[in-house]
Amino acid sequence: MNKLQTPSQTVGPFYGYALPYAGGPELVPGYHPRAIRFHGTVTDGAGEPILDALLEIWQADESGTLVRELGSLDRDGFTFTGFGRCATTIAGHYTFTTLKPGAAGTAAPYILVTVFARGVTHHLFTRAYFAEDAALHATDAVLSSLPADRRNTLICVSEGIVGGAESYRFDIRVQGENETVFLDFDD
Amino acid sequence: MPHDFVSSPTPGSGRESQDSITIEIEAIEADAAARVAAGGSPEMQPRRDYAPYRSSLLRHPTHELVRVDPEEVERVSPAFGHTDVNVLESDLTIQHAGEPIGERITVSGRVLDGEGRPVRHQLIELWQANAGGRYVHKRDQHPAPLDPNFTGVGRAITGDSGEYSFTTIKPGPYPWKNHLNAWRPAHIHFSLFGTAFTQRLITQMYFPGDPLFALDPIYQSIADADARARLVGQYDHSLSVPEFSLGYNWDIVLTGPKSTWMESEDADE
Repeated sequence: MNKLQTPSQTVGPFYGYALPYAGGPELVPGYHPRAIRFHGTVTDGAGEPILDALLEIWQADESGTLVRELGSLDRDGFTFTGFGRCATTIAGHYTFTTLKPGAAGTAAPYILVTVFARGVTHHLFTRAYFAEDAALHATDAVLSSLPADRRNTLICVSEGIVGGAESYRFDIRVQGENETVFLDFDD
Repeated sequence: MPHDFVSSPTPGSGRESQDSITIEIEAIEADAAARVAAGGSPEMQPRRDYAPYRSSLLRHPTHELVRVDPEEVERVSPAFGHTDVNVLESDLTIQHAGEPIGERITVSGRVLDGEGRPVRHQLIELWQANAGGRYVHKRDQHPAPLDPNFTGVGRAITGDSGEYSFTTIKPGPYPWKNHLNAWRPAHIHFSLFGTAFTQRLITQMYFPGDPLFALDPIYQSIADADARARLVGQYDHSLSVPEFSLGYNWDIVLTGPKSTWMESEDADE
């Protein structure tokens, strides 16, 4: 029987004591030999940082497998679950420590990013791809469908080794110049 | 004094009257109704660019969302389970030494997908203000009292039929700075996962008959009256517990999934 969906509502400004949790941004510990830093700033249509955004990431492991492991909310430091959650700082910045995903299915490797914030009435989905996978980008169904200037909003800036880990910057511009491409999944 | 430093600069002074906001709300609702009358589909979700809710003005994309087929990443969801969440976390009235102040309630229901199938063994989180309308959140400066016996955060894992139940106290309405004399109707925030990440949902549950509904730009951001009514829990006397609590029922329906991932996951359990 078909049911009518329950509508979304904004996460509001006051989730800070409820949704973030210890270890949420660390899918792997920073000392993991292949840990990457995945970070960026979330900005609004005036270019101002969004200091009350909540980001979630969900991704495959290094082999491209979506693992089905428990423990995202209570990390043991060894089990990779593929899920992370991070609130932005007062500078609008977020940082996850994770592994670079492998390709799952036919798409190029990416991290699925979900943005919640006060003023965002319905969360926004986007994908963070990696510049070094350019060969796979040509056949990726999403990237290949976008004009170049918009496609670039979905590709992390490779920053090289920073503080001992490979660093990838993925800024999210919710509105305005270089507005990030947001996705609507056909489900 | 920067009383509410969460509010980064937004168009609108925050000094508009409720009457002027209400006129905007009613115009958008009339526009949505006219589209339906002309054969369009009712709006099932809030508008992203909903001017009466001033914070949405600079926080909505101006490009159309790009419609894509989900890949495997989006067709599955993180696994959560009882090792992640203590069963006691579904009772918000036992987290401190004493009893919280307020009207004790239970909120229970089922989490379903768009085809009416239960969403089993998935994470459901909620948070809310206390009976005086105050959040524990440090940026909440509403001068209502904090309750030392109430934090207002709960979590649970849905059961075999997608069922959940929380014991809490009824939250109070509270003022905010969208416009002059703006008040949020009493509500509980809910966060849900489905079997596919595409079903992710954060929303709010309201209480029946609230006189603030017509005035609230967040509730009204869903321009279709029937759709927003799905956010209102129903009082159910059969769920009330004698001498203890009043019962509300609220079923939560996620989108899709169109895919058959759910069956294959069930087979693995």
